Amino acid sequence: MDLKTGDAFVEGSGDPAVRVIEIKKSVFADNDIDADNLRSELKEKGVFLLNLMSAPGSGKTTTLIRTIDILRQKIGVAVMEADIDSDVDARKIKEATGVQSIQLHTGGMCHLDAGMTRQGLDNVDLDGISLVVLENVGNLVCPAEFDTGAVRNAMILSVPEGDDKPLKYPLMFTVCDVVVINKVDVMPYFDFDLERCKEYIRMRNPRAKVFPVCAKTGEGIEAFARWILDEVDNWNKR
Amino acid sequence: MHELGIVFYIIRDVKKVAEENHVDKVSAVVMDIGEVSTVVPDYLQDCWKWATDKEPVMKGCALRCNIIPAVTVCNSCGCEYPTVEHGRTCPRCGSPETVLLRGNEVEIKEIEVKDQL
Repeated sequence: MDLKTGDAFVEGSGDPAVRVIEIKKSVFADNDIDADNLRSELKEKGVFLLNLMSAPGSGKTTTLIRTIDILRQKIGVAVMEADIDSDVDARKIKEATGVQSIQLHTGGMCHLDAGMTRQGLDNVDLDGISLVVLENVGNLVCPAEFDTGAVRNAMILSVPEGDDKPLKYPLMFTVCDVVVINKVDVMPYFDFDLERCKEYIRMRNPRAKVFPVCAKTGEGIEAFARWILDEVDNWNKR
Repeated sequence: MHELGIVFYIIRDVKKVAEENHVDKVSAVVMDIGEVSTVVPDYLQDCWKWATDKEPVMKGCALRCNIIPAVTVCNSCGCEYPTVEHGRTCPRCGSPETVLLRGNEVEIKEIEVKDQL
């Protein structure tokens, strides 16, 4: 019975062989459970997973190389590079830092979910590793929707992208614990207002920490690396 | 284009329900899609036929999307307003202290199945 029109059986095919099964379930529910399970497994193994996201060309790989140079002197680090195709990033990381680095291909998909992350981790030798960095697909929309099972989410915003990006991609900034602002050396050329950008980030996520860096010169990388080390430490104490 | 990934999630969930209910043909899937969920129903439809054709239990299955209008509430003055029209700033008092009430759903509402007679 339709309550608005009073007509009986307005919806449906009228075919008596058809029956309706109510589901009422978010399509993300299973992935969320899977991600929580993955976090528990990582906790048991003493491994911290950092999900690093950004738009293409923000300097994710270069920032990562600079940061790993500091991190690897203190802890065992491995990297999983996710891209739609090619293995240029994984090779670049391995050549530049010497740490274990594997390439994941998403087969055309714009993001990783917990299941794909788990498959990737199965191919990482976790012996002596306390930090795995997942370099997600370069994209500010889809990776924000899917929980990968990471302990913390970080994103890189580069200066040429503009200081108003937090307003345009709100979900990405809402899910991130850390925003790294890269390429601060070219700030004067792009009318990028750091304080305004921080204010926009705070509007979307008051808890997010902000680290201005320049991956090219190494400026600010130390502070970002220290935050990661503290987080890895806390994860193992929790 | 996260729609393809979402279609795979829907198929996984629907197949599970079909199996639990001993159904051998799912004729339609009805989704509740929020207006600001970032899922584009047209793109879902585009991936749908290609992906469901590979699943015997869902071959030829229709996809119907109910669009859930997005509504935001203002925490400063309490008014509720349409999100798509006014965004995150309250149109009545100008406050940015607003919270999305609904419109973010990506839910499988129900499925229609054909029992063999």
